[in-house]
Amino acid sequence: MIIKQLSVFLENKTGRLTEMTKILSENNINISAFSIADTADFGIVRCIVSKPDEAIKALKEKHFSVNITDVVCMIVPHEPGGLYKALQILSDNNVPVEYMYAFAFDNAASVVIRSESNEEVIRVLEANQMKLVKASDIYQI
Amino acid sequence: MIWNEFIETADREKLKEIQNERFVKMIERMYYNVPFYRKKLTEAGIEPGDIKSIDQLKDLPFTVKDDLRDNYPFGLFTVPQNQIVRLHASSGTTGKPTVVGYTKNDLQLWSEVVARSLTMAGVSKEDIIQVAYGYGLFTGGLGVHYGAEKVGASVIPISGGNTKKQLQLMVDFGSTVIACTPSYAAHLGESLVAAGIDRKDIKLRSGIFGAEPWTNELRKQVENLLGIKAFDIYGLSEIIGPGVSMECEHQNGMHIFEDHFIPEIIDPKTLEVLPYGELGELVFTTITKEAMPLLRYRTRDLTRLHVEKCACGRTLVRMEKCMGRSDDMLIIRGVNVFPSQVEAVLLEMSEASPHYQLVVNRENNLDTLEINIEIDDQFWSDEIKTLENLKKRFQHNIASTLGISAKINLVEPNTIARSEGKAKRVIDKRITNIE
Repeated sequence: MIIKQLSVFLENKTGRLTEMTKILSENNINISAFSIADTADFGIVRCIVSKPDEAIKALKEKHFSVNITDVVCMIVPHEPGGLYKALQILSDNNVPVEYMYAFAFDNAASVVIRSESNEEVIRVLEANQMKLVKASDIYQI
Repeated sequence: MIWNEFIETADREKLKEIQNERFVKMIERMYYNVPFYRKKLTEAGIEPGDIKSIDQLKDLPFTVKDDLRDNYPFGLFTVPQNQIVRLHASSGTTGKPTVVGYTKNDLQLWSEVVARSLTMAGVSKEDIIQVAYGYGLFTGGLGVHYGAEKVGASVIPISGGNTKKQLQLMVDFGSTVIACTPSYAAHLGESLVAAGIDRKDIKLRSGIFGAEPWTNELRKQVENLLGIKAFDIYGLSEIIGPGVSMECEHQNGMHIFEDHFIPEIIDPKTLEVLPYGELGELVFTTITKEAMPLLRYRTRDLTRLHVEKCACGRTLVRMEKCMGRSDDMLIIRGVNVFPSQVEAVLLEMSEASPHYQLVVNRENNLDTLEINIEIDDQFWSDEIKTLENLKKRFQHNIASTLGISAKINLVEPNTIARSEGKAKRVIDKRITNIE
């Protein structure tokens, strides 16, 4: 259930993000989920892609600073209260969340969660019958 | 091992006799062959017959880099052009390059001092030495090359750059010694790791590094990356090139080859000679060079000299690693700042790569200092707070070392201009803004 997320350090410079996505495109790598955390002078792109190992190799060749971060992805209903219920389970069980981002389509929404204790997230959510996305599935989205 | 035991372990009184004799002859040659020196010496009220001993050095005039430029290209040569067999020139960042010439004897003397230097680092004819200093007008490549041949080592004259080829030959030829700038050595070490080459597949044992200031922290890093012992070699083209002084296995400062180059330490402001052990500007007088001898040449390098006999048995004076250059010294908000201090801070912190750049500017009549530091894949997590914390720690450690605060910018790897030759550590925008 652990999913490999790419984390890319980017300076705040025009064209840098374009260049990064161009490399992914040229290597025929699809992006399934994407978010940016930004500060005044740099940002970190977090994304889930179809071929994480190939992506990291291609980006490193072009001197991008890339790391792999383990995350978990769960499915919640795309309706009022969907996310709330899921998060209530985590906080009831004292599972800390570092960051998260979500994307919705049709009747469901996917929420990517990063926690210091990913295993705990998986255990707690599964115990509460929440639906998690398998790595093999999300790389195909 | 000692290459020239007679000189390198000579009694200091004996050494002084040799120096005196050579010094007197050199003053004569300068006076009679170079109008520039004749004028300088005459103005100081000195005629060749007055000079008997190196004790009189302190009363003689200095030579500075501008003198070399003013007499561009061959004005300071003491021999006619038909005796010059080699010309080198240093890249002039401002104005004309600095030109140096060598006679046949000068090249022999140069090979001799480099042979002594390499021997200090344990290099012998059993070694394969990869010379990754630039070949060409820069003295690094050819200087080390001829010294290594004199020692009898197998020389790979690969020159600087082309990192892939460097690594390939290092593996295929089994190079045991590498000679290059320390920043390029760090780059080679990083590339080795990046290329996934096992350290067991290379036979490197020693590194001969010089031509730019570097810290002991960078030494440790290069030693770890390449699995070698790193030796410091010092030189400047005006004096001869690499091989003016060199570190022995005790790494207790660099032994200056005083039978050819006489060192002094002066206070750069008062120009007074300082005693052994005090920090000041290094000054050299060459006493054997034929084509272009220099009298009290101000190197701008800041260091200390120590005269106590070394554990290796050499009696030659040792100079400490240079603290920086008196003209590299930045004065920021009234505080003296050396780029080497920043490097030391970064390398003390295990999370930093040694690639950094200082950008000095002036806003509303106030000096500003920004330091760009390249981040390293190994040292960041994707949580903003850890990167912000790292930045704060850089900021704190740099402020406590320099005595002034700096704005820290984390930048992507490989964005600061890499040195196949010398690193561009400082951009001082104040200079252009003021004018």
